[in-house]
Amino acid sequence: MELSYTVAVLIIPVFMFLFLGIVGVKLSKKTAGILGTVAMGITTVIAYAAALTYFFGTDQGQVVDGVRQQLTVLDMTWLEFTKNLVIKIGVLLDPISAMMLIVISTVSFMVHLYSLGYMDGERGFQRYYAFLSLFTFSMLGLVLATNIFQMYIFWELVGVSSYLLIGFYYTLPAAVSASKKAFIVTRFADLGFLIGILILSFYTDTFDFLTLTSDPQAAISTAGGATFLGCSVMTWALTLIFVGGAGKSAMFPLHIWLPDAMEGPTPVSALIHAATMVVAGVYLVARLFPLYAVDAAALDIITVVGAFTALYAAAVACVQSDIKRVLAFSTISQIAFMITSLGVASPELHHGVGYMASMFHLFTHAMFKALLFLCAGAIIHAVHSNEMSAMGGLRKYMPICHIAFLIGCLAIAGIPPFAGFFSKDEILVAAYNNSPVWGVWLSVVAGMTAFYMFRLYYKIFWWNNPDYGHHTPHEAPMTMTFPLIFLGLVSIVAGFIPFGEFVTWNREPYEIHLDWTVAGTSIVIALIGIGLATVMYRKENNIPEQLANRFRGLWTAAYHRFYMDELYQFITHKIIFACISKPIAWFDRRIIDGTMDMLANITNSASFAVRRMQSGSVQTYVWFYLIGAVAAAVITIICLI
Amino acid sequence: MDYSQFLYMPQELGLLIVFLFVFLFDTFLPKRNQTSLPVLTAVLFGIFTVCNYFMLVRGTAFSGMFESTAATYVMKVILNIGVLIVLIQSIRWSNSEEMAIRRGEFYELLLLTVFGMYLMISARHFLLFVIGLETASLPLAALVAFHKKRYESHEAAAKYMFTAVFSSAVFLMGLSFVYGLFGSLYFSDIAYQVVNNTSAVLVVALAFVIAGIGFKLSLVPFHLWTADVYQGAPTPVTSYLSVISKGAAAFAFMVVLVQVFGAAYSKVWEWMLYAIIVLTITLGNLFAIRQRNIKRFLAFSSISQAGYIMLGVIGGNELGLASLMFYVLVYIFSNLAAFGVAFAIEQQSGKVSIDDYNGLYKTNPWLSFTMMLAMFSLAGIPPFAGFFSKFFIFTSALECGETSIYVLVLIALINTIVSLYYYLLVVKAMFISPDECSVARFRSSCGERVAMIVCTFGIILTGIVSCIYTFLVEAAQDGTTMFGMLN
Repeated sequence: MELSYTVAVLIIPVFMFLFLGIVGVKLSKKTAGILGTVAMGITTVIAYAAALTYFFGTDQGQVVDGVRQQLTVLDMTWLEFTKNLVIKIGVLLDPISAMMLIVISTVSFMVHLYSLGYMDGERGFQRYYAFLSLFTFSMLGLVLATNIFQMYIFWELVGVSSYLLIGFYYTLPAAVSASKKAFIVTRFADLGFLIGILILSFYTDTFDFLTLTSDPQAAISTAGGATFLGCSVMTWALTLIFVGGAGKSAMFPLHIWLPDAMEGPTPVSALIHAATMVVAGVYLVARLFPLYAVDAAALDIITVVGAFTALYAAAVACVQSDIKRVLAFSTISQIAFMITSLGVASPELHHGVGYMASMFHLFTHAMFKALLFLCAGAIIHAVHSNEMSAMGGLRKYMPICHIAFLIGCLAIAGIPPFAGFFSKDEILVAAYNNSPVWGVWLSVVAGMTAFYMFRLYYKIFWWNNPDYGHHTPHEAPMTMTFPLIFLGLVSIVAGFIPFGEFVTWNREPYEIHLDWTVAGTSIVIALIGIGLATVMYRKENNIPEQLANRFRGLWTAAYHRFYMDELYQFITHKIIFACISKPIAWFDRRIIDGTMDMLANITNSASFAVRRMQSGSVQTYVWFYLIGAVAAAVITIICLI
Repeated sequence: MDYSQFLYMPQELGLLIVFLFVFLFDTFLPKRNQTSLPVLTAVLFGIFTVCNYFMLVRGTAFSGMFESTAATYVMKVILNIGVLIVLIQSIRWSNSEEMAIRRGEFYELLLLTVFGMYLMISARHFLLFVIGLETASLPLAALVAFHKKRYESHEAAAKYMFTAVFSSAVFLMGLSFVYGLFGSLYFSDIAYQVVNNTSAVLVVALAFVIAGIGFKLSLVPFHLWTADVYQGAPTPVTSYLSVISKGAAAFAFMVVLVQVFGAAYSKVWEWMLYAIIVLTITLGNLFAIRQRNIKRFLAFSSISQAGYIMLGVIGGNELGLASLMFYVLVYIFSNLAAFGVAFAIEQQSGKVSIDDYNGLYKTNPWLSFTMMLAMFSLAGIPPFAGFFSKFFIFTSALECGETSIYVLVLIALINTIVSLYYYLLVVKAMFISPDECSVARFRSSCGERVAMIVCTFGIILTGIVSCIYTFLVEAAQDGTTMFGMLN
């Protein structure tokens, strides 16, 4: 098939990774960076060509009877594991994967370009570009996967490459510990994912997305009503798979890694933690949505987790002082919007509008959040600090960045005609359709979003004028401002894309009608949020402080992110280490090392072997050995009787 | 006697030829030319390994005491690959001053143990099996003591010796029970009679047999010697012990448990094995967390890996056998890569603590990179081979479809997360640097580099190149006669 050239979007980045990884150190920094960027540019062009051919072409069976088809443009059998269980690798083109192609390649290309300026002069510049290529490769492989197993492999590869990227500043202990935390937390979630895959494939005998989703009812019923702890095993499988998604997408309570991951280079945050990797969970649920749609219990879990996370993260974002952390929590909150939107999207309600809305928001959010992160990077580059207190009045020094940031804020706050308005509006419609509770809930969160984003905006660009001394902040170089301008333009116009034409849950075109009651309410709420932020933060004053004092308890709790990290610390360090590792360590030190040390002191002569035996160490070993063998026998005999 | 039956053991004969060559060179080569011996052995063994690949024969010899199938052939090929890597790795070490007059013995003893392992794998009679087991165990004690002037080396050898002898005694005790019950030591005779036998004597016999082989595999609670011996032994011997010796024991274990006692599986040793696996994986992991000495750390990590290997035995079908062989192959690459790095650093600077690895990335990026790959593979992170080996072995265990196995696999899965923690500790140590690295930048020797490159390619490619696994499955199916008893 002609579209099989899509596979080039995987081959080019992986080749660049190998090339830059192996001979990168021999190249000059500039050459390596430009090579990586050009390669990514070519990848972007191919990705666009593939996506546009898919959406607008007709000659390759893209659309049959008004329904967009899912095309497997590449399909190879990788391994016949058992007769029924065959692992394949391939490339699947359908509306959501084509859309993700555009999102990933655009943002990745912008980040490549931006990094030329931002990472200039960093040690290991070549390595950085190699890792970026690796990440892009794995992320594209993830969205193009034809089966869940292939997806899992790329899923983990995404984890590995983000581990490498977050820990890029390996000289900073905070960066290294953050990358480790991110890796372990998401790995923990992936355990759920893997178990879910095992259960699902065990019953359905297939890994293929198309087989699974073309007849979801049949796939679900292969379990034959088997239950585990009161729930059907399929609900378990789907929920466990969602746990994997929740880990990557930083849903409560697995969100703790994302704010720390901000220790990585800022362009990396823009790529990984705003636009691509963190939406992998949303993508996973969307990919398997037909299965979730017939399992109401799993969908409810998704809705509740998403809605709670949205509120929680918004509350925390309101009081953070580090700009990247505000953005991190805002990302968590926005992704929770998408998750909730999938959760409330029942096919019978309004043509499953939630599904379309979720994907729409994923698309627009990727653009404006990447924009916000890249702006933040430019700001940090200019003032050499992440803290808001070191900023203020920057609108005079960095006009382009100021406008771009403002566009991003307006988009995320949901002010028409910016992109976020349209997608968020659809999510709210879907939520109100499902239940007014979720509708009101999300509206409140939307208001909070407007508030904390403009709090951030005013604190950076207005507020007061700190004394910058000799080091006046200045606009970033061209390689950095171009991505800002480009993404800014996209954030303005993306909302006008008739998204329902392209991506819907049953792949039939669906016309978006703006529901003006919902839209009007959300505009008003957003304006209230912005107004509040304007009153409190436009000029330096003490209203915020007074408020913080009045609600001291709440403020402190939110500032400390409701003590979630402390809770994890407590569980891992206090309970696990104290109750399990310490006794074991004691045993190891006293019984095993202890005897060693003692002997080392006693023994100088050649008779050490004999003394050694007398001292009991080997005897202890043998003793344990014998006890073990006898115990194994005795216990088995008792069991047999 | 029909001498043609020796043709059924081409691998053994080939190994003997290599051994004789090494022996002759050692004896007749002028002592000053002996620095060529390590390279010579590696080359000879390399040729043998390649030839071995083409030496598949099927049949039995010596009135059924010895059997050669595709499965045993593949097992031997896998072991050969591992031995070859160890040989290449240790070239510089055995050319050092310290080894000057004992180079020959090192290789002779090493090849002898390989011969013992071959016998263990191919034996179909317990007498031959015991001979193989002893041939594989006892020379190792001499190898462990090879650092003649180092106290720890002696101590380790003594410990190894005593525990090995003791475990042999227990094993023979178990065998004598078996003989008493069934009146024969042929695997097939025993397998035939073991059906429906649930007597307490059989249980005791089984427990003792498992203990005997469990010693070589360092399964908990038969593992206590492991850390001390690994730490004390010269590093090439440690890597040999932890990889080759363990792999061979795993193969033998599979054969004995499934082929001989398979019929008694669900009744007698199912729970015994469950308990041992859970204990091995969990305790190995928990001990590993606290280790600061890299060799001790790898020792405990290898204990826990042995637990995963045992999951293949639980599967007990050809899928289980294939997964087990695959696991051992991947384990050979991953662990030898880790030991290779540890060894290179120890050779260069004498540093063996994980704390000394702090900031290694800055001084020795390639070593750190190899180590990182090894750690990722051991932790089972895709797309490295370690993930696939774990995945296959879990799936093969799940194939039997009993609820108790689900729990077992779940425990094993949770343990992979725990293990990730300590494997990342090493990665973290190498890539974080609060202070300057105490290991200076150095260039490792040619042999060490070749071995590391081979391992790195193994780690990356064995998982991705699917025909390797397919090849193993075919080989395993060829050996299915041994699974007739189980189901």
